[in-house]
Amino acid sequence: MELSDLLDIVAKEQQSRPPHQVRCCTAAGCLSANSAAVLTRLRDAVRESGLIDRVRVASVGCMRLCCQGPLVQVDPSGELYQQVTPDHAASIVARLNGGTVTAQRGDPNSPFFALQASVILQNSGHIEPERIESYIAAEGYQALYHVLHDLTPQQVIEEITRSGLRGRGGAAYPTGVKWATVAKNPGQRKYVVCNADEGDPGAFMNRSVLESDPHRVLEGMAIAGYAIGSSQGYIYVRGEYPLAVERLQTAIQQARNLGLLGSKVFATPFDFRIDLRTGAGAFVCGEETALMASIMGQRGTPTPRPPYPAERGLWGMPTLLNNVETFANVPAILRRGADWFASIGTEKSKGTKVFCLTGKVVNTGLVEVPLGTPLRRIVEDIGGGAPGGGTIKAVQTGGPSGGCIPAELFDTPVDYGSLARLGSIMGSGGMIVLDQSNNMVDVARFFMEFCMDESCGKCIPCRAGTVQLYRLLTRILEGKAGAEDVQQLEALCDMVKHTSLCGLGQAAPNPTLSTLRYFRHEYEALLKPGSPAQRMGLPLVAAVSGNGASSAKGGEGQ
Amino acid sequence: MTTLTSEMQKKKATAAFTPSSGDPRFELLEATLKRHQYRQDALIEVLHAAQKLFGFLEPALLRFVAQQLKLPPSRVYGVATFYHLFTLEPRGRHTCIVCTGTACYVKGANNLLTAVSQVIGVEPGQTTPNGELTLRTVRCLEPCGIAPVAVLDGTVHGHETPETLLEQVKGWLSSGTVGSA
Repeated sequence: MELSDLLDIVAKEQQSRPPHQVRCCTAAGCLSANSAAVLTRLRDAVRESGLIDRVRVASVGCMRLCCQGPLVQVDPSGELYQQVTPDHAASIVARLNGGTVTAQRGDPNSPFFALQASVILQNSGHIEPERIESYIAAEGYQALYHVLHDLTPQQVIEEITRSGLRGRGGAAYPTGVKWATVAKNPGQRKYVVCNADEGDPGAFMNRSVLESDPHRVLEGMAIAGYAIGSSQGYIYVRGEYPLAVERLQTAIQQARNLGLLGSKVFATPFDFRIDLRTGAGAFVCGEETALMASIMGQRGTPTPRPPYPAERGLWGMPTLLNNVETFANVPAILRRGADWFASIGTEKSKGTKVFCLTGKVVNTGLVEVPLGTPLRRIVEDIGGGAPGGGTIKAVQTGGPSGGCIPAELFDTPVDYGSLARLGSIMGSGGMIVLDQSNNMVDVARFFMEFCMDESCGKCIPCRAGTVQLYRLLTRILEGKAGAEDVQQLEALCDMVKHTSLCGLGQAAPNPTLSTLRYFRHEYEALLKPGSPAQRMGLPLVAAVSGNGASSAKGGEGQ
Repeated sequence: MTTLTSEMQKKKATAAFTPSSGDPRFELLEATLKRHQYRQDALIEVLHAAQKLFGFLEPALLRFVAQQLKLPPSRVYGVATFYHLFTLEPRGRHTCIVCTGTACYVKGANNLLTAVSQVIGVEPGQTTPNGELTLRTVRCLEPCGIAPVAVLDGTVHGHETPETLLEQVKGWLSSGTVGSA
């Protein structure tokens, strides 16, 4: 494969493009809403009305507004259809022939779409994830070609460092620094690992990227492999994502067939192979050392760091671990330059971030915005506020390792530092909107139950501490607790946070601590009548440190 | 000598596990082992394949995998019990999975669970005594945009209410004999 071959594919794709294209989302969200049947009906309709030369029906990835799925969009008019049923699908094709459309129209210019950015999700919903030609036509694999022919590994790392990209998995470690560390550590072999074990409940950014644009991640990994001197990559995907696994397998095979992965990539001496590893349902495997144990076929229990994976990772060799979204940014940075990337976002948080907006909000789905966007714009403008006249009380960010941000603080810009100051984290990007009907103590208990179930059991603070915290929260919820129980809750949170082995335990108290910080009155309202705090009307001990929200999954996606 | 003994044990275990040696599932599992070149680090991939073929991981199957990969049985058992997706018990003919991820939780997943649990008379994680229906929970399947979500025999259904879910489960109730009551 040479550049000319790549450009030939681009030209062929452009020539074979008919005047109209009907794109139908077949990512997991829309598939659950029967989009496979919609796709079949669209194809049937095109065939039956003899429009095969004029209209192409494409099976594409996520178009972001998941709550209105299945979504269908028509090119070049840009008309959007939502909640399309198989029965109405044919009318979308009929309209291209002068007929009337019965499918429900959506508004592609609504704030939900208009206020969003497109870097990571640039191709999502536009290209066909199961055809490599579709990705190549969107300038795919050109960055890899450019890197292999025009840049030294050192220059690649410099470019990534200059872009200011930071890990998107939660820990926000500067990506360039990490690449440089792995590159300079000696080792017979080195490994590139993509962390796609997206375990945070309510976060599905990685799933969408893998299902909608898998080649982007492969290209990013291959570039990383060249930069650090590795010839073997692994993608560790959550077992709960069968569609992502399937599309990745297809993508890897296609890339190998074209000589874009495997030996002698682009006819250069660079070899790079990518293998898939499927997780088996353990949240702790998002933590980097546990993830590596799982890749090696062992129980996913973490080990103390240092040594960091960059030094001693898979099979004792230097290993580069990045999140899906981090890798997905790489081809764009090398194609458009570090300066372009660094111009997006804030001074310390560069680029865009994909969030999953869910819960009690009108528009639920994927949201990509530049870092530094105020929370209010995401929740109220893009999300459309609470449905049915409800009142939004808080947003939970960062999953079981994050915290709740009250509505009063929605003017906070969403970047790494600001959220940490509020006692939460950006995490991998889950945003769950809570309204007045959600009791915050109940929410805290929900996350504690999650951490209790998912604790691997290796260290005692996490294994036993989360159980005791869960029991205390249950006592409070059942109205059996007094002020002393709340004090004990805080003391125990502090202990678990500072003595657990890995990020799971260290961050497990975060949802409880942040709800205690902002919604203490909800805890107090549940205390036994006549307990000291209620009798005297005094606030309880209010020593919740605000600086400590460490990353959930330890080093995941640094 | 040691080699010989282990060879004999291997044969014995293979024989015990496959009463009918022509079991096609067994051949498929061997193909998976071969594809991974009997590498020990492929244990989780092999267990995935074994569970897909046999439905659950019974002790004889785990022993077989241990011998094929030359791993101690304790290691294989340890891995099989560590991960939530592996099951060591047979599941019912139908499965109802209720997602208890955050988005589903705030939109009332617990009500779904309680409703189904009451009607079929078993707790989450259990199978009805007649082996018809298994009720399970899962921590987030991630189609959160259409929460709350339930998975019925592998098909994901969104925007569920206790009424819609019960209607679907009752379809199995009336056609089969689900439920103890």
